[in-house]
Amino acid sequence: MNILETHHIVKEYANHRALDDVSISIPKGSIFGLLGPNGAGKTSLIRIINQITGPDSGHVLFDGKPLSENHIRHIGYLPEERGLYKKMKVGDQLLYLAQLKGLSEKQAMEKLKSWFIKFDIKTWWDKNVSDLSKGMQQKVQFVSTVLHEPDLIILDEPFSGFDPINANLIRDEILELRQKGSTVIFSTHRMETVEELCDYIALINRSKKVLDGPKKQIKEQFKTNTYFVEYTGMLNGLVEQYAVRSSREIEPGYHRADIQLPEGINSNQLLRDLISQVEVRAFGENIPTMNDVFVRAVNEVPEA
Amino acid sequence: MRNILLVLKREYMVRVKKKSFLIMTFLAPLLFVGFYATVIWVAVGSVESKNVQVLDQSGLFTGQFQNSKTINFQYLNMSLDSAKASLKATKSTALVYIPENVMDNPKNVKIYAPKNVSLELQSDIEKTIEKQIENIKLTEAGITRRVLEDSRINVDSQTISLSEEGEKSSSSGAATAIGGICAFLIYISVFVYGTQVMRGVTEEKTSRIVEVIISSVKPFQLMMGKIIGVALVGLTQFVLWILLTVALTSAAGAMLGDQFPKDPKQIEQQFNDLNKNMPASALKANSGPQNPVSEVLSAVNSLNLPLIISCFLFYFLGGYLLYSALFGAVGAAVDNDADTQQFMLPITLPIIFSFVFAQFVLRDPDGSLAFWTSIIPFTSPIIMMVRIPFGVPAWQIALSMVLLVLGFMGTTWLAARIYRIGILMYGKKVSYKELAKWVFYRG
Repeated sequence: MNILETHHIVKEYANHRALDDVSISIPKGSIFGLLGPNGAGKTSLIRIINQITGPDSGHVLFDGKPLSENHIRHIGYLPEERGLYKKMKVGDQLLYLAQLKGLSEKQAMEKLKSWFIKFDIKTWWDKNVSDLSKGMQQKVQFVSTVLHEPDLIILDEPFSGFDPINANLIRDEILELRQKGSTVIFSTHRMETVEELCDYIALINRSKKVLDGPKKQIKEQFKTNTYFVEYTGMLNGLVEQYAVRSSREIEPGYHRADIQLPEGINSNQLLRDLISQVEVRAFGENIPTMNDVFVRAVNEVPEA
Repeated sequence: MRNILLVLKREYMVRVKKKSFLIMTFLAPLLFVGFYATVIWVAVGSVESKNVQVLDQSGLFTGQFQNSKTINFQYLNMSLDSAKASLKATKSTALVYIPENVMDNPKNVKIYAPKNVSLELQSDIEKTIEKQIENIKLTEAGITRRVLEDSRINVDSQTISLSEEGEKSSSSGAATAIGGICAFLIYISVFVYGTQVMRGVTEEKTSRIVEVIISSVKPFQLMMGKIIGVALVGLTQFVLWILLTVALTSAAGAMLGDQFPKDPKQIEQQFNDLNKNMPASALKANSGPQNPVSEVLSAVNSLNLPLIISCFLFYFLGGYLLYSALFGAVGAAVDNDADTQQFMLPITLPIIFSFVFAQFVLRDPDGSLAFWTSIIPFTSPIIMMVRIPFGVPAWQIALSMVLLVLGFMGTTWLAARIYRIGILMYGKKVSYKELAKWVFYRG
């Protein structure tokens, strides 16, 4: 079951096409990474999902139904460019934003109380936003994004501006929200976050969707079928059967090599062949990192 | 609708809680009352009496200068040089020198003074001399002043306006004053509150909160909430000003009551003194045989006050809505306050023009300029308010109101088109061409 599907979204601006036939599906309960280089069209897509703008063609389904105004309260959005009313008290501001999302003042108050206790920020209630540090403002904004317990949370570069401690705090909150049944869309180009948190990804480059699917499956696609081996001794007869991609001496007498498997030969065969020649210290498959996937996927598309 | 109300509530509360709002609301009536209290106090209070010495070598003017409450004339009999020399010692304000040949050469009259003489005193002296010379010349020609005075007939007209309700006494003076005040208030408030809307929009844009807000609220709802919220702030301020001013004036009146002279003649005298500082139009309202205070009151009462007040509220709101939508669009089109100038001009020009036209319309409230400018929505809020105290045919008011409503619906539509694109547009200097594109941009 997908909480959100976009079908053939096209969005044009005055001089360029921001989104070109973009279709993605976001499974319920997943953490979905929306990746892409700067200016690829991620923000345009997010704005369409948030109904800030409409697509020129294509349509969006939320929970199987065409996206409509009723869905606004089921979505929480943290834009990349953070902003709050500077001259407004933290408490008033959060109450206001929560009410705009459809909560009653009483409901909002109750939920806010628990968040203020959780984040230990009770003393901030009567402070003006301009009196808070940037990191503190980010926390307030995060609370405003998830306060109404949205089914779909869209976070645009959520960790930028947080110190590592607060970043961890936010990460734990995101995982907890997912546990409670929310779906999370991450828009980011920080691959370590994706590596750590995402189950599914979609990659947009130059207005087009280049890749999408479960993270594992995509990594699988990008596997080069190479294995690394760390060993002592000399590799000799292997060269005929296997292509050694790279080899270097890490310490005197201690080597590391990347070896490509040809079709029809499995890793056990390689290992057997290696054991007969050298003393194997470590052996494993080279799994591409998200970073590798990203760089390769983006570079594979020819310059328009 | 719920969203508009939420936005409206925030905009209203934030502004009303501001220190500057509280200060303006409570200080302005104090200043207003204080200003009038000072004016009245100065007028009522003792004016320093002045001594003026007259050196009349022609011998024609002895006893002709009338001593008044503030000026005391003394006649000298000495040479000009010694009179000049003694001027300082006697602490007199001025020395009037009338030469022997004044009849043939009136320009030789001279006023000597240690400091500059006020225009008022100078013209008083000149008039007295002119009148005396005129008398002498008339006598020489065989006409006495009495004959002349009999030939002058004083016409004191009353303006009566004819309407369905029959004749009623009206006062063009009071109408002028009320029309002018209403026009001025609308002019000022459109500017002040329109700018507040514009500032509010740029603030949301520069603080980047706008993206969060419009992921919950339609841009149109945000814009309308803001515009209406600020309008209510304006109305609140007006109502508080009126209440406070009334309260303060009655309090001040009660306190000053004892000090006011009871003799109606004296009051009349003071009002006439005051009127010298007022424009001629206002003067008309007061001059006359009756007690001027009661006449002003009756003149004001002769106007259709409920109509004027309800029209004022309508035109204040209509004019404000028409322009504040445009101000809001300007706020959305630029990145910061400094860039607003280039788009402000086409908006402020019609407002300023209507205020300028208002001066002409005051003189000719039924002319064709008055008619057209009070029908066209961009000028009608100010001009129609100038005309209404003079009486305007109902169909004209109705037409003007309908057009104003259509007008602000039009500007609101236009502004909303620009607004929805503008608030998400950063770091780009926008041209008029660009704005036009936004208006027709779908999505």
